[in-house]
Amino acid sequence: MSTPRLIEQKFLDYKTSSGFWLYLMTDCVLFASLFATYAVLHAAIAGGPSASDIFELPMALTETIILLTSSFTCGLALLALRHNNLKQLIVWLGVTYILGVSFLTIELSEFGSLIQAGHSWQQSAFLSAFFTLVGTHGLHITVGLLWLLVIVGVLFKRGITPKVKRQLMLFGLFWHFLDLVWIFIFTVVYLMGVAA
Amino acid sequence: MARRDNDYQRTLINYVVGFLASLALTFCAYVLVSGHILGGITLLLVIGGLALVQMLVQLLFFLHMADESRPRFRLVSFGFMAMILVIVVAGSLWIMYHLNYNMMGMSPSQKDTYMTTQKDKGF
Amino acid sequence: MWGRLSLDALPHDMITIGGVVGGGLAILAGIAALKYFKKWRWLWTNWLTSLDPKKIGVMYLVVATVMLLRGLADAGMLRAQQAVFATSDNGPISADLFQQVFSAHGTIMIFFVAMGALFGLLNLIVPLQIGARDVAFPLLNSISFWLFVAGMVLINLSLAVGEFSTAGWLAYPPLSGLQYSPGTGVDYWIWSLQIAGIGSLLSGINFLITIFTMRRPGMSLMKMPIFIWSVIGCLLLVAFAFPILTATLSMLSLDRTIGTHFFTSEMGGNPMMYVNLIWAWGHPEVYILILPAFGIFSEIVPVFSKKRLFGYTSMMLALMAITFLSFTVWLHHFFTMGSGANVNAFFGIMTMVIAIPTGVKVFNWIFTMYRGRVKFATPMLWFMGFVVTFTIGGLTGVLLAVPGIDYQVHNSLFLVAHFHNMIIGGVLFGFFAGVAYWWPKFTGFYLHEGLGKVAFWCWLIGFLVAFLPLYALGLMGAARRLDGYDASLGWQGLFIVAGVGMVIILAGVFFQIVQAGYSIWKRDELRVGSDPWDGRTLEWATSTPIAEYNFATLAPVTYRDDFWEQKHRPELKKPTALIEPIRVPKNTGIGVIVGLLAVVIGFAIIWHIWWLAIIGLVTTIVLIITATLREDTERIVSIDEIMAKEKRLRGTSA
Repeated sequence: MSTPRLIEQKFLDYKTSSGFWLYLMTDCVLFASLFATYAVLHAAIAGGPSASDIFELPMALTETIILLTSSFTCGLALLALRHNNLKQLIVWLGVTYILGVSFLTIELSEFGSLIQAGHSWQQSAFLSAFFTLVGTHGLHITVGLLWLLVIVGVLFKRGITPKVKRQLMLFGLFWHFLDLVWIFIFTVVYLMGVAA
Repeated sequence: MARRDNDYQRTLINYVVGFLASLALTFCAYVLVSGHILGGITLLLVIGGLALVQMLVQLLFFLHMADESRPRFRLVSFGFMAMILVIVVAGSLWIMYHLNYNMMGMSPSQKDTYMTTQKDKGF
Repeated sequence: MWGRLSLDALPHDMITIGGVVGGGLAILAGIAALKYFKKWRWLWTNWLTSLDPKKIGVMYLVVATVMLLRGLADAGMLRAQQAVFATSDNGPISADLFQQVFSAHGTIMIFFVAMGALFGLLNLIVPLQIGARDVAFPLLNSISFWLFVAGMVLINLSLAVGEFSTAGWLAYPPLSGLQYSPGTGVDYWIWSLQIAGIGSLLSGINFLITIFTMRRPGMSLMKMPIFIWSVIGCLLLVAFAFPILTATLSMLSLDRTIGTHFFTSEMGGNPMMYVNLIWAWGHPEVYILILPAFGIFSEIVPVFSKKRLFGYTSMMLALMAITFLSFTVWLHHFFTMGSGANVNAFFGIMTMVIAIPTGVKVFNWIFTMYRGRVKFATPMLWFMGFVVTFTIGGLTGVLLAVPGIDYQVHNSLFLVAHFHNMIIGGVLFGFFAGVAYWWPKFTGFYLHEGLGKVAFWCWLIGFLVAFLPLYALGLMGAARRLDGYDASLGWQGLFIVAGVGMVIILAGVFFQIVQAGYSIWKRDELRVGSDPWDGRTLEWATSTPIAEYNFATLAPVTYRDDFWEQKHRPELKKPTALIEPIRVPKNTGIGVIVGLLAVVIGFAIIWHIWWLAIIGLVTTIVLIITATLREDTERIVSIDEIMAKEKRLRGTSA
């Protein structure tokens, strides 16, 4: 690749990752609004169950560890990308994907058992806030997994191109960011809910 | 090539350290809650603090915030976001707490019923 | 199959039918004209699919102008009702329609006029003033615009299919909840705002990155034009306040569709949390609108006073201070909700603090004019009008910031007069000044000065006549949003005066339209060069008409008003830069399709047609994936092409 082209790619990388970072900051504010709502409504149980009645800490801990590990493997994938090691890259992305899917499965089964027990979002303001906050995070995870599938597809088809490199960089930011948000969901919703 | 390998090593160590530290912090918070070691407001403050520390760990070791070259766009935007976030969340909680306090700890529906009964009494 | 949609959704009352028929005829006439003049392809390839921010900016302004007319029609109905029919029961406007009209008036004026004009001017001016060739993400820019259009389409669709919200421009629950608003009105409100709001958010990110990464070499932060600083403040607010709106609207929508209990008044829901959140977005929103207007005036005053801006640094610090402070005052919109004396006092004081940086700015402008050779062209007239009206509005604002006074006049016409004072006298006059100032840059001819002055005086006088009586009425106890009052209250006289003011404003709008039409007709007589006002900033350095790549070369800048210094200090050595091939983005219809899909999804959710919503969503996802995989998105303008083009545009070689 010629030098001007390389400089252009570098600038494109910088511009895109800055833009994506700023988007993540705006997403933080979105989550902050949901957190604030949860904090205001967490005691409004309207005769339904309270946080300590329904949350199971071991399950939340499992989810946390899975997501943390997937954040770590995602980092390893980005490291493999730096060495242009396609095979390692795909392996680590695959591990990240499987961990992401298991996280989502556990979350959905938690939702499912709550709804079956009659504790859906319709039961109280507390449950509305809980489902929306955790569900929004889950929705982000779903989008991330879909994105990852597309990236792996492109990797198989076109190999490591500057474009897919940029996409992976952004995906890495997204995935680490989702892990960060989850730390606060784990702490504020689950730990503090059970502790209070 | 040697420099590149060095860089690789350093990043790998970063990830491993970040991962282990995050795991440790998560377990700490978990044990504090499930083992009933602390209680009340102290517990909430400590686990909140642990979450903040874990955030810093991940920002440094996973998102490499310290390595950013000037003008440090990410750091500045993160700082501004954090400031707004604290204002909005803390402000909302402060406002809503005082609202509830002034409503004598009633929810709006309880307040409705209360007002109606007072009105029926001829107030 | 069709959810809640049935033939009952068609309009029933005469006024709405009239509006629908009128709007429909206008659209049909437009289509017929396009067909007759065979302009379809031209419209599609030159405008709708264009990624050139200059063209997107013009399209924003066109949409905002059309919406201004719609909002004015609503305002006319409100004024007519209150001046003529309010004391009797047999007016043409029913109570329900009256509520829809004031809700639509507020929503349209803020989201589709003010925000549209704002993003239009941003698209036109920002890349040029920072000496760049494009925005950071051209396709995203087009998508943002089409999401804005989609929101606009939905809100106008509510006229023909279904109904609009009757819950006011901010739709407070529990009134906007399912219990009291079971129809589709509030859903139309939610989804048109949600879609347009996401467009604004994306635009905000796009332009912030443009400013941070694409400035001309040498243009450090403190050498940027002050308009750019005002835009940074505005966009920081967009980026960090609009997510709150997105979250709040989503929660309200969940309450209405899947039965959550965020803001209901039973099952633990808390309507006051909605009020808190919506204003945590809503107050910054006010400053999103006014900051760029400050920026425009800060550009105009030095140019028309032939002096450099007084106190650049203090101006920039004032802008940043306002940006920060605007996040700390939102409770002043609900002092009376009952947070108690301490909370109210804190937010009251913070509100008054904002007056300080704003005052700094007014003094800076006045000191810029002091001992300058002031030329009273139309943009400068708008500025003078702004100073008068904005100061009145500012003073009443400080009054309203005192919680004790607010308890007296809240929810009254005093408040209505105050915020119209800020938004007409501040924002709208600012945008009018900007359009008059930058018009010749983009068209190559002046707007007719005489007609512009007539329009200005109509607006200024009409504004004072229409809104000063509302202050008095507010103090006399007239609540806002009244569709009727008792004749014995003696308010009708003042309402009639306000109605007369409205008519004068309409005359002003009429003259503005005539001015634009006449200037286009007589454009050869009004023709000017590329720098008609002896400008100071980089946009005046381009040729007129402006090439699609804006600047042939990116020569570095040295001074704050580099273009001005280069013109007036011949001893300076002209910086040069090599001409290199330029990459410009190719046109694409992706933005249009995204907008179309947004309309479909929004409409489907409003009417609970779930299968359609799912199809729309899946199509959008597929479209986004294919859009990110696109290759070959740019066209390269060769050096020969640039040389030829520059020769043609400037009459000389580059």
